[in-house]
Formats: sequence, structure tokens, C-alpha cells
Amino acid sequence: MRAALADRVPGVRTAWPPLPRRTRPSRTVLTIRTPISRRAATALAAGSLVVPFACWVVLSASGAVPATFLPSPGAVLAAGWEMARSGELAVDVGTTTLRVLEGFGLAVLVSVPLGIVMGAFHAGRALFEPVIGLLRYLPASAFIPLLIIWLGLGEPSKIAILFLGTVFFNALMTADVVRGVPRSLVDVSYTLGARRGEVLRKVVVPHSVPGVIDAVRVNAAAAWNFVVVAELVNSTAGLGYRIVRAQRFLQTDKIFAVLVVIGVIGVMIDVALRLVRALVGRWAA
Amino acid sequence: MGRVTLELVDVCKDYRVRGQRKRALDGVRLTVSPREFLCVVGASGSGKSTLLSLVAGLTTPTSGEITVEGRPITGPGPDRGLVFQTGSLYPWRTVERNVAFGLELLALDTAERRRRVDWYLAETGLAAVRRSLPRQLSGGQQQRVAIARALACEPDVLLLDEPFGALDVQTKEDMQLLIRQIWRDTGTTVLMVTHDVEEAVFLGTRVVVLASDPGRVAAEIRIPLADDRDLTAKRTPVFHELRASVEDLVRASHRREVIR
Repeated sequence: MRAALADRVPGVRTAWPPLPRRTRPSRTVLTIRTPISRRAATALAAGSLVVPFACWVVLSASGAVPATFLPSPGAVLAAGWEMARSGELAVDVGTTTLRVLEGFGLAVLVSVPLGIVMGAFHAGRALFEPVIGLLRYLPASAFIPLLIIWLGLGEPSKIAILFLGTVFFNALMTADVVRGVPRSLVDVSYTLGARRGEVLRKVVVPHSVPGVIDAVRVNAAAAWNFVVVAELVNSTAGLGYRIVRAQRFLQTDKIFAVLVVIGVIGVMIDVALRLVRALVGRWAA
Repeated sequence: MGRVTLELVDVCKDYRVRGQRKRALDGVRLTVSPREFLCVVGASGSGKSTLLSLVAGLTTPTSGEITVEGRPITGPGPDRGLVFQTGSLYPWRTVERNVAFGLELLALDTAERRRRVDWYLAETGLAAVRRSLPRQLSGGQQQRVAIARALACEPDVLLLDEPFGALDVQTKEDMQLLIRQIWRDTGTTVLMVTHDVEEAVFLGTRVVVLASDPGRVAAEIRIPLADDRDLTAKRTPVFHELRASVEDLVRASHRREVIR
């Protein structure tokens, strides 16, 4: 028998003075990754909404800031109601939503298969990742002038901005999700007789679905941002257009109302996608 | 000399670790006969898992040849069912749909597939949880699903890679009895890799000891225990003797890290 630890020096441990003890702090709301009470959670969540709103009410009511700069909540509500009543709001929301569906929808249709190819095949990664890694750092909003020159002032240039702003991120995120499929799951599928296409269809894709929905949820938020940016330039309808119009006439109450609408729709999209995710990803819970 | 189910001839496998070639397996010769239950034991670093992954066709040998029923191995296939230590179930598929996976790939009508799935679920004691998802199962149940799923493809040889390594001692003994029962009921040839000598002696009809660094066959011991052995066999003098001699062989072929 060989001794790999030849330099080991054996000996009985001597009596050292006892190690100093540290007092353990008790549990608080700020203990790392520890659940807090339902009441505390509700209070914190409510506070995060109520406090800024209260600041807004106080600031606008006190007259410290002119109403032209900071309209009161009442004025914003009235402006919103007026837009809703005239039918203007429905048209704007419809136009903007349609653009998101077209631009981002197209991006999802392209980026998900692309991401699967990049995630499943080393060749796919080698081929696409360098160029996509570069392209995603080019800000989509910087493409607006170029796209207007190429595609004109109409819908195509707006949809193209949405597409460019989301397609690369979604492809890279999808690829990461696909790379997260455990190797053992792929290996075992081959030993059960699956061929390459079957492993992709019956193992890689189903395992990736919840993660891809997560990626889509993150990038849907980005799409919702880009559409407003796209509409700031030369539109005739849409929520971004409405903001530019309102700015021209110094209607800050209207700008605020549109911002609230944008936020609410964004939250609705997020909640809807979370619901879909919870439904199809029950196995992953 | 009868037929041979699995044959390894002078199999070597090299790995590249930080630019250095490292030999994991060195000239392994092994034959497994039909209906044998062969257990391969060895310390970590003896290349046990490498051996199994070569037979499964997930990696290719650097040199040498592996044949199953006379056919050289070119890649993984359903003729060599594989069970890992943990976590190889499809988490989105229910127990019965996990077991059915291999059969779904074949041109089988639904009734026939169902009949077979039902049999394997009953054989592995999973009928009651057939509609559960893997995450709802205990560790022992999950391994039973993996075994049933591999067996449903009727492999020529069932490959088990430390299948009970992550289970508690009691569950492990239940599983040992179960796998012996399944082996007798199905007549499947089994090649199992483990570091647990007691398990190898209890389960195997033959035990092969692998030496470490590089992995090579150090010894082969026939296990003359009855085919219908139960847990009481573990208390017999014959068992103790076999276990002691295999332990000595493993110890002698293991690169020691610490001595006292």
C-alpha cells in the first residue's frame, strides 16, 4: 500500500482555548431568502403603490409644481375618460397592440426556431451566436432613420423596429433555455430508440417550453417599449403618437393618462403570460 | 460454450484532461452470457461508468470492439436499455407516459402498447401512481419508472449505472429484491455497475472487479448463491466470505489516498 498523503503529520490535538462564540441575530424581515408574513408582504406591496401616489397627490395639490408640468390625478382621470369616450383611446390601443402582435409575433416565429437550433447544435451556435451577439448590441431605436429610408414612413418600418429590437435577445435566451435540457435526458432518449428529430420534438422542445415562455414574457415588455418609441416618429395613430400630439399642445394630463394605459396593458400582458406559463409548466413547479 | 449477449474485446478509452491524455480503461475483456446478472464493482476512478457508457454507445472506445448479440455497437439504441442513478425521467410526462416513451416510437397499436405498459407498471409496483408526475414520486419510485421504461423496449441487455446509489438503505434493499425479481420474471441480461460490494454480491450471478488508474479487469468471481435468494442470504457464511474476498480485491486494486 502506498501513502498518497506521505507528508501527513499525525498527533493528538492539544487543548486550545475555546473558540469565541458569535451571537446569532434573530429572524427579521431582512433575513436572506426567508419567507415573511403575509401581512408584512401585503403592507410592503401596498406601500410601494400608495406612497408614490400620495406624493403625487400632495405635490400637485400643494401647487408647488404648476399643473402644466404635473397634472393632478383627477385631471389625468378626466383626460383619460375624455379619450375613452371619444373613441380615440380604443383606436390608439388597437393600433399599437396590432403593431406589437405583428412585430413581436414575427420575432417570436423567427427567434424560437433559431434559438432551438443554436441551443441544440454546436454548429448552430458557432454559426449564429457571434453575429447575433453583435447585432443585439445595436440599439433598435438607432435603426429608425435607416428603416424609414428603406421601408418608408408606414407600418413596415415600425414593425421592423419591433422585430429588430426583440428577435436577437429572444433567440439568445431561447438558446440558453435549450442548453439547459439535461444531457442525461437526451442520452436516455437515444437508448430508448429515439432518433435525432424525435429527441428534438419529444424531449428538447417540451422541456424548453416553460423557459421559452419566460423569455417571451421578458421580451414582450421590451416590445411594448419599442412600439411606443417607433410611434414617436411619424405616426397617425397609436399610443406613442398620442403622446407626441399631447406634447405639442402641452396637454400633460393626456400624456399621463396614456402612460397609465401603457402601464396597465403591459401588466396585463405579463399576467396573461404568467398564467400560460403556470398552466403548461405545472410539471416544473 | 453457449451464445454471448455482450462482448468487449481489448477495449481502451482515453480522455483528454487539460491537454493531457488520460487512460480511463485499459484493455478490458469481458463477455456476458444470456440471462446473466453481471455486477461490475470498483472504486471511483476505475472507469465503471465509462464502461457502461461505452456499452450504451454514448461514447466510442479509443480502441477495441464491443458487440451485442454479435452486432458491433455504432451508437445508442433500444437493444441496450440504460438506467442512470437519478434524474433521467421526463418531468412533463406521467409515470405511464414515461414508461410508454420507447413504445410510442414504434408502430404499435394503442391496445398493444397499453397492454405492455400495464404489465411493466404492475411488475414494478407502479400501477397506483401511473398518472402521477415524476416530481410527485419518491426516489425509489422514480428509479422503478426508469427501470420499467428501459425494460419496455425489451433490451438484449439492461444497463444499470449505480441505480440505487442515491436511495436510503431500506429502499435500496427493497429495490435489490425487486430487480432480482424482475430479472427472473423477464429473463433479461443485466449489466450493473456499483461501488457497493454487498449489493454486487447479493445481486450478481458473477462479479467483476475493476482496478483503478487505469481501469482494467482485476478479477472475476462467480457467485454460487441460489437464483431465488432473498435478504436472508446476506446473513449466510457463504455470503460473508464472498463479500470479504471481493472487498479485499477492490481494496487491493484501489489507489489509496489516506492511510492510518
